[in-house]
Amino acid sequence: MDISQFTRHSETEWLIEASGRMRVPAVIYATEELVRDMDQKVFEQATNVATLPGIVKASYAMPDAHWGYGFPIGGVAAFDPDEGGVVSAGGVGFDVSCGVRTMTTGLTSEEVEPVKSQLAEALFRHVPAGVGSRGKIKLNDAEMDEMLAGGASWAVGRGYGTPQDLERIEERGRMQGACPEAVSARARNRQREEMGTLGSGNHYCEVQRVADLYDAEIASAFGLRLNEVVISVHCGSRGLGHQIGTEFLKKMTMSAPGYGIELPDRELACAPINSPVGEEYLGAMRAAINCALANRQIITHLIRRAFAEILPQAELKLLYDVSHNTCKVEEHDPGGGRRRLFVHRKGATRAFGPGHPELPEVFKKTGQPVLIGGTMGTSSYILAGTGEGEERSFSSSCHGAGRAMSRHQALKQWKGREMVDHLAGRGIIIRSPSMRGVAEEAPGAYKEVGAVVDAADRAGLSRKIARLEPMVCVKG
Amino acid sequence: MGVRGVGATKEEAFEQAAVALTAVITDPEGVAPSEEIDVECEAPDDELLLAEWLNALIYQMATRRMLFARFEVRFDDSRLSGKAWGEPVDVGRHSPAVEVKGATYTQLKVARYGTGAWLAQCVVDV
Repeated sequence: MDISQFTRHSETEWLIEASGRMRVPAVIYATEELVRDMDQKVFEQATNVATLPGIVKASYAMPDAHWGYGFPIGGVAAFDPDEGGVVSAGGVGFDVSCGVRTMTTGLTSEEVEPVKSQLAEALFRHVPAGVGSRGKIKLNDAEMDEMLAGGASWAVGRGYGTPQDLERIEERGRMQGACPEAVSARARNRQREEMGTLGSGNHYCEVQRVADLYDAEIASAFGLRLNEVVISVHCGSRGLGHQIGTEFLKKMTMSAPGYGIELPDRELACAPINSPVGEEYLGAMRAAINCALANRQIITHLIRRAFAEILPQAELKLLYDVSHNTCKVEEHDPGGGRRRLFVHRKGATRAFGPGHPELPEVFKKTGQPVLIGGTMGTSSYILAGTGEGEERSFSSSCHGAGRAMSRHQALKQWKGREMVDHLAGRGIIIRSPSMRGVAEEAPGAYKEVGAVVDAADRAGLSRKIARLEPMVCVKG
Repeated sequence: MGVRGVGATKEEAFEQAAVALTAVITDPEGVAPSEEIDVECEAPDDELLLAEWLNALIYQMATRRMLFARFEVRFDDSRLSGKAWGEPVDVGRHSPAVEVKGATYTQLKVARYGTGAWLAQCVVDV
């Protein structure tokens, strides 16, 4: 993007003044280099979001922002229901509550290295991945309702994990306010055989080693030690969330004129928070969040079984579980006192700072762990929420690297088998049902994740705590 | 990922957009058109109808664990009656790259070129 379009407020804060139909300004947090590399569509989409009714303070874009559907990916916007604020299916995205979960193992990389191949095989065997894969758990209608209302808490009740796991999940594993009855038969059908499945595309299950610590005290509070092996999972609400996103995009597009909402882009489809369509979406979307939480909980159970076969001495403890495609009700002070706002984060991670009342006791001093996934050949990062993030971005940070190249371009440039061999040469084992999928997910097709987290750190959105390097990656 | 169908008629453009949808996942030429399924959908305008058509196919692929190679589309005002021919996913043979989550309204367009040919396109989320 041309940086002359912005007013630069600091090294990492770029302002677009409110003009035309914009109700508030738009703010991008990134270094000059990242802003220059961003698509002009990020500018258009961040300013379009700023036109929506009831938006508060500003429309924000995180350092990994890129062209999304309606909202930019890496977009954050808060709406006040008392000022006609809206909820937007496009502002949450198709993969509702897609997120990252990281577990510590208590093992060093030297302990895991000799059995890395067997571990990769066991994970690939236990965790269903890729197009057409089926989960082992089939839910009837009553069980589906319980899952949609209970989330990870439901999964733990069924024996997939322990009550201690729930302390280390946003919303303590269960999103309140879910309405299973707002979830259509089609969404349920898409989920029927997909519980405990990873999906495809950029979703993965990765064994990683802690390669760097940037803050020893917080790292220790997170349970991280240098050279320890951790495991991270990136996936979401599977077919159920995708179907809910699809259905409400249409429903909100059709209902918008009736609510007097003029959409600058159909993908910005939204409805007033206080309206039948808005309330129905919130109920369905929260049920989809529970579906994602339950899914990652079941996958955790499957990963524990895989580890039990190969490394029975491992003790897999949850570090944290974050969702980066959500709309959540939170209290913030946008100026003039604390208000109850509906915060949309699309490809953005919640990053509550130290002392936030919603954090579990263990993270009260440190701030919320912010889990940032890289690619199968590059680092991932663990950051912590900051106090200043509250004022900067409604306590939000980046979520990942973001693509720099289309899948089509990547496919022209790399071959899956060569990529697997190349990464094996670097000590990284890849297991995937699709070599074409591996080529499309080539690390070179993504932006440099280190530059993104550095920008988030410098902008004060979250602080760098640890860097992780991949050892094994199971790709969907 | 964008999908685009071009055809002599609107029907053909919709059919070609569906072939492009399969191409996002796998090479359509490697999919045998051995089983036939019916798809019905409805929307107030051509563009929303294209998204509905692709979303209906995405639903069928997801719930039947199938891939489709050949398509037939008929319009009746705001309704679309379609057929799709395909086979169950065979991971070894099809090496499916990604599952499609949904058809978006980004770059969504159904239009007629000056030459008379039809275009039907949108971005799908993977």
